[in-house]
Amino acid sequence: MTETTVTPERPLVVEEGDVKPGFIGQSVPRKEDKRLVQGEGVFFDDVKRHEMGYVHFVRSPYAHARIKSVDVSKALELDGVYGTLTGDEVAILTDPFFELSTPPGANIKDYALAVGRVRHVGDPVAAVVARTRELARDAAELVEVEYEPLPHVLDGEESLKDEVVLHEDAGSNTVWSGVFDWGDFDAALVDADHVVRIERLHFDRFSSTPLECSGCLVEYNRGTGQWTIHGNHQMPGVGAIWMAPALRVGIDKLRFVSQDIGGGFGNKITLHPQYTACCLLARKLNRPVQWTEWRTDQHTANTHGNERTFLDVTVPVKADGTMLGFSVRAIDDCGAFPRYEPLGCIIWAQVTPGCYRWRNVRVDFTQVCTNKSPVAPNRGYSRMQHLWLTERIVDIVAGELGLDPIEVRKKNYVKHEEFPYETPNGCIYDSGDYARCLDIALDLVGYDSLEEKRREAESRGKLFGIGIGSTLDSGTNNFGQSMILNPELQFSGNNEVATVKLDIFGEIVVTLGTVPQGQGHETTASQVVAEILGCTPDEVNVRAGHDTYWNSTAGFSGTYASQFAVTGLGAVKGATEKLAGEMRQLAAAVFGCSPDDIELVESQARIKGNPEAALPFMALGAILNANNAGLPTDLDVTLNVRHVYRPPFEKPDLERKYGNLTLTYATQIHACALEIDAETGVYEIVDYAAVDDCGNRIHPQIVEGQVHGATAQALGAATHEIFTYDEEGNLLTPNFYDYHVPHALDMPPMKTGFIESTSPFTPLGAKGMGEGGGAGIHAVCAALQNALGRRGEGPIVWRSCNPYESVWDLLQKPEETRKLVSVESR
Amino acid sequence: MEAVSRKTITVGVNGEQYEREVDARRLLIHFIRDDLDLTGSHIGCDTGNCGACSVLLDGTLVKSCMMLAVQADGAKIETVEGLASEGELNGLQQAFSDHHALQCGYCTPGMLMSATALLRENSSPSEEEIRKAIQGNICRCTGYVNIVEAIKAAAQ
Repeated sequence: MTETTVTPERPLVVEEGDVKPGFIGQSVPRKEDKRLVQGEGVFFDDVKRHEMGYVHFVRSPYAHARIKSVDVSKALELDGVYGTLTGDEVAILTDPFFELSTPPGANIKDYALAVGRVRHVGDPVAAVVARTRELARDAAELVEVEYEPLPHVLDGEESLKDEVVLHEDAGSNTVWSGVFDWGDFDAALVDADHVVRIERLHFDRFSSTPLECSGCLVEYNRGTGQWTIHGNHQMPGVGAIWMAPALRVGIDKLRFVSQDIGGGFGNKITLHPQYTACCLLARKLNRPVQWTEWRTDQHTANTHGNERTFLDVTVPVKADGTMLGFSVRAIDDCGAFPRYEPLGCIIWAQVTPGCYRWRNVRVDFTQVCTNKSPVAPNRGYSRMQHLWLTERIVDIVAGELGLDPIEVRKKNYVKHEEFPYETPNGCIYDSGDYARCLDIALDLVGYDSLEEKRREAESRGKLFGIGIGSTLDSGTNNFGQSMILNPELQFSGNNEVATVKLDIFGEIVVTLGTVPQGQGHETTASQVVAEILGCTPDEVNVRAGHDTYWNSTAGFSGTYASQFAVTGLGAVKGATEKLAGEMRQLAAAVFGCSPDDIELVESQARIKGNPEAALPFMALGAILNANNAGLPTDLDVTLNVRHVYRPPFEKPDLERKYGNLTLTYATQIHACALEIDAETGVYEIVDYAAVDDCGNRIHPQIVEGQVHGATAQALGAATHEIFTYDEEGNLLTPNFYDYHVPHALDMPPMKTGFIESTSPFTPLGAKGMGEGGGAGIHAVCAALQNALGRRGEGPIVWRSCNPYESVWDLLQKPEETRKLVSVESR
Repeated sequence: MEAVSRKTITVGVNGEQYEREVDARRLLIHFIRDDLDLTGSHIGCDTGNCGACSVLLDGTLVKSCMMLAVQADGAKIETVEGLASEGELNGLQQAFSDHHALQCGYCTPGMLMSATALLRENSSPSEEEIRKAIQGNICRCTGYVNIVEAIKAAAQ
């Protein structure tokens, strides 16, 4: 059982002083809460339409099979069944979704339903629509599918052999492969005093499993040919880029609407296949259709996080513990279809050297398909896997060479005075102080009394260990990195939109292009607006959710990749500043003075130094919107402005695979203390600290909430959460019975701390931080390693997920993993 | 395929009486959400693990996806929609907001009902008792830290 959860009441370190004026930086009450605690939120499954039909997908029971026939006739005979859709129809009515990869991946054909072949258990073969949810399931059972099973491949390394090929059109299971080579790794090997080699490490498959499953209600307007999708897609801008060409329509024919979304974590970025099927059904059946994914379907066939195997890790180390870099061969398993991939083949490069001053890095990266559920950008997308590698490298090297894992980190961390710091591949780490964050984390877990705690635990027959996870949450993508994978792609930079208007009764109305899933965007946007306009957040009405038809969306609109505090609030700030300028212009026209004489304070526009000469916001709104006779004809004021925030990015150097791939780099340093029962392998986290640095915090309570949540997800992934398959390709963890996510009793006591290293590159000095870098996974692995053995002895923690039975295995057969590591000393 | 049998049931929900004919196989949560359009209670799993659908049935905390609507015939049900009165949040709801005990808000209605059941039984629960009381409710956003804090605060 846990102890009392402790959170320091006062920050341990503050860069900017204790008290901040204004609304930015204050934990104001969240605007979203009042509706959500009353059950008055509107999630997609709450939306109903007259005569709507419920969709149920017929899914493959085979990991790999040829579809010989699909017969829907018995389903159609059932009273209350409105219609069906099959892969054959989809192949006629749509084009395959475009692929991001170069060949072979470019030649993969991915449709809304399986066409000709199923490639994983749960692959949708047909869809049935009926009057009720229950009836749709009944009818789905009556769809007769004849399969011819094919050999399947479930392992990434096996898949590389191409003995079983999933996509005939591609001719290979390889989606994308390439070598990244920065610095001079061969010279580093020559310079090294020790070379540490790790034969194999494996990052396991899991997902953040948002509590609300995926789904949508789709209406088709026959008169205009336009679809309205009430759903929970978290990146509709890109969803529409996939769907519109596939459906052979213009992008404005797709209207995405969402109010509240029950968590996303990246798992709701690749909903375009299911949504396209629903669009086809709504048009075919001429009625609204509603699809709510079942939990089992989400686990089986929606999205998982990327699974990655690291082979032949080679680390040159100097005698004093300075690491010169590393080389590795990485095999990334993306499941049956790439979808958002192969972006994961480059996203990791945002944090190439992790937190470290490593200058020589060579990565041979290959991504392959297997007969498992497709992947999507799960929280910490692609960087988490890579950062786990960097942290495993540090701890294994320290363990093998007898170095202190704390000291060796501090020796190799990028130093505070080196920021902005350019990594070997041209990324610019904006600001930070990793060593200081580490010191805070160590203080929080009482590192000074470590040996005492170890002795005390050992006296009770326990093995005690402490471990560190140091990570970066790189936020605000430069989509130009996609061109490193495929120079033909026409994506670069980034953007986000906000509109702000002053309405007729003085109401300030904000719309966002983002698609919040719990991050509190209404609240933080209102803080920024209030600060600039001189009013209170309560006076700012931020429309809930997202609607493509609000004219506040751009190509990259969405909520993903740790960027709202930069792109979303950057757009809000820009729009509000424009509006403030217009309000001053209008007031000046009324008063007959210069706009420079006008100030916005206390929800009024007034002449500086003369508080009596004031126009309340309501008067400004009313004058322009409804009482504008006599205003100067050249007064160019609309009180309804739109701003697109565009981060300052260049296209990367494709030849050298070099350039700044993200704008900000938030820091997470976690410390974990745990005790293992040597008899059983059962372990308990007895102390835990998470220290975060995301630059200026707009709303500290929300930031801390994100830290808690990311940590809980990481601890789940480190200890229990894993998608495992049997030999036939059946998922063994298809629901919350078998896939154990942390419950309230599973969570250890958690302490948090922070510093604020202002980002020099962003509109508010803030950095995106919502994803975290999976630091909890790395910290638990490090703590297990620390507990299991001392220098050159004991097993090697070589997988990211270590349930109790795995730890027991490590304890029983240490030699099996010891042989994964070797040291060459000169 | 055999015809699905139907039955007329009467339930009281948040003080309101409802009489409806339902399929005998209809889950109580689908009855509450789809037939009565009380969409505050949510569905997060197929297996009774997540607790998003938690309601009070004759004062007892139940997961409404784990029983049929016909089994609730004659019962009094309390859902999240019944917690506030005339738009004023009750102490527990206010504590959830004050302590940032919700992010996406999807688990929140079930959490609130579990906490309501706890606080009726035990007005000053320990942290362990709070954690036990909500162990049947999964939250993927908060790590439970602030939920526990909010329930503690509401108890005081």
